[in-house]
Amino acid sequence: MSAARAIAWLGLQEAVRRRVFLIVALLTVGYLVLYGLGTWQAFAEVNARSRLLRGVDARIITGATLLGLNMFGTLFLGTILAVFLTLGTVRGDAERGLLQPLLVRPVPRRTLLLARFAAAALVCSAYVIIVFVIAAVITWSFGGWWPDRLIEPALSLAGSVAILCALSLAGSVFLASTANGIAVFMVFGAGLVAGLLGQIGEALRSDTLSDVATTASWILPFEALYQSALGALTADTVGLARLAINLGPFGGAADFGPLLWPWALVYLGLLGALALRAFARRDL
Amino acid sequence: MPPALAVSDLRKTYGRTEALRGVALEIGEGELFGLLGPNGAGKSTLVKIACGLVRPTAGRASVAGAPAGSLAAQRALGYLAELFRFPDWQTADELLALHQRLAQSTRGPAERAELLELVGLAEAAQQPIGQMSKGMQQRLGLAQAMIGSPRLLLLDEPTSALDPAGRRTVRRLLEELRARGVAVLLNSHLLSEVELVCDRVAIIARGQVVAAGTPAELSRPGGVEIETAAGRRVFAEAGRDDAPRIVRELVAAGEDVYGVRVLTSSLEDAYLEAVGEGP
Repeated sequence: MSAARAIAWLGLQEAVRRRVFLIVALLTVGYLVLYGLGTWQAFAEVNARSRLLRGVDARIITGATLLGLNMFGTLFLGTILAVFLTLGTVRGDAERGLLQPLLVRPVPRRTLLLARFAAAALVCSAYVIIVFVIAAVITWSFGGWWPDRLIEPALSLAGSVAILCALSLAGSVFLASTANGIAVFMVFGAGLVAGLLGQIGEALRSDTLSDVATTASWILPFEALYQSALGALTADTVGLARLAINLGPFGGAADFGPLLWPWALVYLGLLGALALRAFARRDL
Repeated sequence: MPPALAVSDLRKTYGRTEALRGVALEIGEGELFGLLGPNGAGKSTLVKIACGLVRPTAGRASVAGAPAGSLAAQRALGYLAELFRFPDWQTADELLALHQRLAQSTRGPAERAELLELVGLAEAAQQPIGQMSKGMQQRLGLAQAMIGSPRLLLLDEPTSALDPAGRRTVRRLLEELRARGVAVLLNSHLLSEVELVCDRVAIIARGQVVAAGTPAELSRPGGVEIETAAGRRVFAEAGRDDAPRIVRELVAAGEDVYGVRVLTSSLEDAYLEAVGEGP
């Protein structure tokens, strides 16, 4: 087994032994059960009244709204997992004396950082994809509604948490664990605020607000990927249904075009380069 | 063959604080080298530079001929930090297996069993580290440092948490390592320990080497003490060779001599004098 795999495995093994995954799995089951109950209730009420709401299929609005809200919940849970798996990787572990025995081995520092990123990003991406797909199946089971696209939003969510993993890992080079955790959640919150600003800007037809929101989303591409994922759920929905959906939480959805993914990858590369350079120069 | 550790004109500053101010020393193959000095003298900084955890501001440090911090240097050394911690959920055997993979050691379970036996933890191979006493963890740390048969061992206060029996185990271990040709840099506050096992000693104060040599070289003659009927008398300028003459002269002068003791200053005296805290 190579050193990179050994270090990646060490991070995952720690999460298993500390029952992080068990607790996350139990809480996620609880979350999905609640989502199922809510979805079942919502569709039961829609079906009891009329499937047509002023000419629009109420199932589409209900299904898309519920799955869109679930997408936010999934991203939030994925972010928590990402932060807790990575917040103390460098300074936190160095302050506790856990890092030094590993770094005096013939393993480049970049290997340690990249291995920890790969492990955390893999786990968090798999987590959000699985939760999103299960939620989509639940929505379809109770309401018969299926998103226009499935793979695209799932991958966008995965990309979003991968960027948050990288942010948290890079932050761990500069900040102690608690400060890093707080900083990453504040950055995550800033992204959400950018999305809300965009929604408000669209409602008020304010170009300034919309521009601020768009710029902020490019600066924090995890938010741009999230908005893009949200938009992909109803990408092919047109007409009155589209208008009705845009009045709900989908107002925050946006299409950032074909440059979003390349930019997200460049962003990851820049973050990685910054973290590696700082880590290589850091005295421990 | 290049020395196990060579350091020349090594300097390190943290902001305005000069932790090391031109340190030079060399440790040969199979040599047990003691590093002494008060807190904040720069000992740990020196050790951390040698194992690549801290970058020097100026000067050179090499391990087995390779620049400190390079992969080749890391392959040649083992390190036990003063303040270390291992994942408490791992067992002793799992920890050593991880370090075998990182050190690219191919000796497998046989090496792990041998090292655990050497530090007296053979029975604790499957015990989680979180359930071990501090002393057991320190011995496990020593076993971890020896993974991959390093040429140089850097031990920062390796006996600080050990009881007398544990210290004796470490002393025997150090002697065993010397017999195997492993060089050891022992950073310790326990002067008696260093005096007992080390071939050479360097005393560091305020970032500089202020004294170096064998423990015997550092311990200087302290005179001759003679017990007579009139009490104890110390001939401060006299050495071992002067003792018979002094006794003859006293007996000739009609004094009864009950005992003679040649005095030497201990390493502790030399240390206190070197760091400027002597009497």
